[in-house]
Amino acid sequence: MTQGTTEAMIQDLPAFLARLAPARPDHRPWPRHDLDRAGWQALLDRLASSDWSLLGLWGESEAVHLALRDDAAIAVASLSCPERRYPAVSIHRPSAIRLERAARDLFGLEAEGAADKRPWLDHGRWPTSRAGAAEPYPFLAAEATGAILHQIPVGPVHAGIIEPGHFRFHVNGETVVRLEERLGYVHKGIESLMAGRAPLEAARLAGRLSGDSTVAHGLAFARAMEAALDIAAPVRAQWLRALMAELERLANHFGDIGAICNDATFPLLLAQFSLLREQVLRAAKDCFGHRLMMDCVLPGGTAVDLDAAGAARLGELARGLGPRLAALAHVYETKPSLLDRTVLTGIVKPELVHRFGAGGFVGRASGRGQDARRNPGYPPYDELDFAVPVLMEGDVNARLQIRLQEAFESLKLIEQILSRLPEGPIACELPRRSGEGIALVEGFRGEIMTWLSLDAEGRITRCHPRDPSWFQWPLLEAAIEGNIVADFPLCNKSFNGSYSGQDL
Amino acid sequence: MWKLIARSLLHRPVTMKGPEALPESLDLKARQKLGRSLAIRQVDAGSCNGCELEINALNNPYYDLERFGLKFVASPRHADVLLVTGPVTRNMAEALQRTYAATPDPKWVVAVGDCAFDGGLFKEGYAVSGGVGAVVPVDLHIRGCPPDPVALLQGLLALLERLG
Ligand code: SF4
Repeated sequence: MTQGTTEAMIQDLPAFLARLAPARPDHRPWPRHDLDRAGWQALLDRLASSDWSLLGLWGESEAVHLALRDDAAIAVASLSCPERRYPAVSIHRPSAIRLERAARDLFGLEAEGAADKRPWLDHGRWPTSRAGAAEPYPFLAAEATGAILHQIPVGPVHAGIIEPGHFRFHVNGETVVRLEERLGYVHKGIESLMAGRAPLEAARLAGRLSGDSTVAHGLAFARAMEAALDIAAPVRAQWLRALMAELERLANHFGDIGAICNDATFPLLLAQFSLLREQVLRAAKDCFGHRLMMDCVLPGGTAVDLDAAGAARLGELARGLGPRLAALAHVYETKPSLLDRTVLTGIVKPELVHRFGAGGFVGRASGRGQDARRNPGYPPYDELDFAVPVLMEGDVNARLQIRLQEAFESLKLIEQILSRLPEGPIACELPRRSGEGIALVEGFRGEIMTWLSLDAEGRITRCHPRDPSWFQWPLLEAAIEGNIVADFPLCNKSFNGSYSGQDL
Repeated sequence: MWKLIARSLLHRPVTMKGPEALPESLDLKARQKLGRSLAIRQVDAGSCNGCELEINALNNPYYDLERFGLKFVASPRHADVLLVTGPVTRNMAEALQRTYAATPDPKWVVAVGDCAFDGGLFKEGYAVSGGVGAVVPVDLHIRGCPPDPVALLQGLLALLERLG
């Protein structure tokens, strides 16, 4: 090995990119580097041997951007591609496959050498659809030696009150040999609707990327906007946002745990957890004016303040929920018939979670302890005491246990926030100027990455919100392999991927 | 678990009273038209999933939808009512039409949420049809973003009154 290559091997991500091209001055808080084709290729070569994880990949009309993470360091690499072609990232990071397909559907960017060139969000039904997108979708074939497989198509309209998507199962008797997902049914064109909008209008769209994560997506958008404008929301607003985010996490974890138990045919816990969820939503309505807290987080701060009565109400809620949650957790943990369904079902191996850079309960149930509240971290979590639970088993039970433990942590966080909530204003004016910003926020499902750029008037030129589901959906395909078809609803609930969040 | 069940038996139920006159009028009208029950099939035609969360809440013990004879079913072939959310994305328009076609007559369509009304925030996009009414005939709109469970119950009552 020559000395040059040795040096390249030991460099961390920021140093590696800085050697290829200088960081742009107006991109915050982490650097963005405009690479040339040779630089992009060098980065891809380096990806082959590094464990830098993919945070996002998104297109613009004549450029492609790639966000990466190396432990604590985060950086964006960009390639201008007027000829609309770029060397594919998915060769080294399979989590980029669907993102590349989406960039092609939305911006016509070809990923050279990509393994999968089928359309993803484009079903050939838009006025702007690309040639060929309307062809029948070529599902992958599956084979099993000596077995006759048959297919089960499910969706897009599902049997329950859930979002639409298509699942194609190849089964050998009862056993799933392969599951292939086809998503994109709820594509609303949110990114294109955001372009040209003023911050507050675009924030309403960000709050509707995935209704269950309206606070988290609103917060990621707001933080990216504030980074681009080089401002910070008032301290009280930051604490209020965290309070809302933890309430949202609680409500969703309660809903998910109940739904998983119900799919394991234990409706008592569904009823009990849905009571807890309803109490959180009612408290949110009383304190912030909206059960899901939609439009409560805004760029520059929050739309609503919390008065003393509201704080008392939430304090009481948090103290009351703790013992009830503990009692329900005890019921779950002492029911062999229930555990029989959840333990060892739908296993995701730690290697796979690391390869896909999957976060949230999917990642943490399989040994990847990443939590954006800790790393890279954002206020006020740096001043709060909470644990990030991690398990290794990777089964339905582990994903449920992570949610249980996180719910306890959220209750602790809510009490800490309420007891130390700083006084002061809740919003600040947004200057009108250009800039680029990126933010990472931990939603209940995992890490949301939002990137945006602003024109001189402070309007959005491009915004890309990357829902955690992008990196979790592909793992569901792996989780169900070798399980019986009847366990699919259970596995699916334990993931609870957002269709709307990934379909955009 | 037994403690939990015992406590539930000893305490008053948490279930709320229905919106004014809901149980009685529903009972009567539903009985006349639909034989005591109304089967609802929910179709997400591009929602952000916020509306689904509130529709799901109708099943929790506070609202307990089934006490009114209203019940969610798994297939459009078992349904009297389609409860449709979302601006109807172009990618879902055909699936919605097919679901409508698969629902036996007589049938009613309830469009839930501001984006089901006219496309809402998404209406200018290339990817949406602009509301449920643009794709299948709508009998009733329940507005809100999302409408809360009480608004949903009131809406379903209004539909039944119209049928009666
Ligand atoms: S009406 Fe609002 S909550 Fe319902 S699907 Fe549309 S954006 Fe989401």
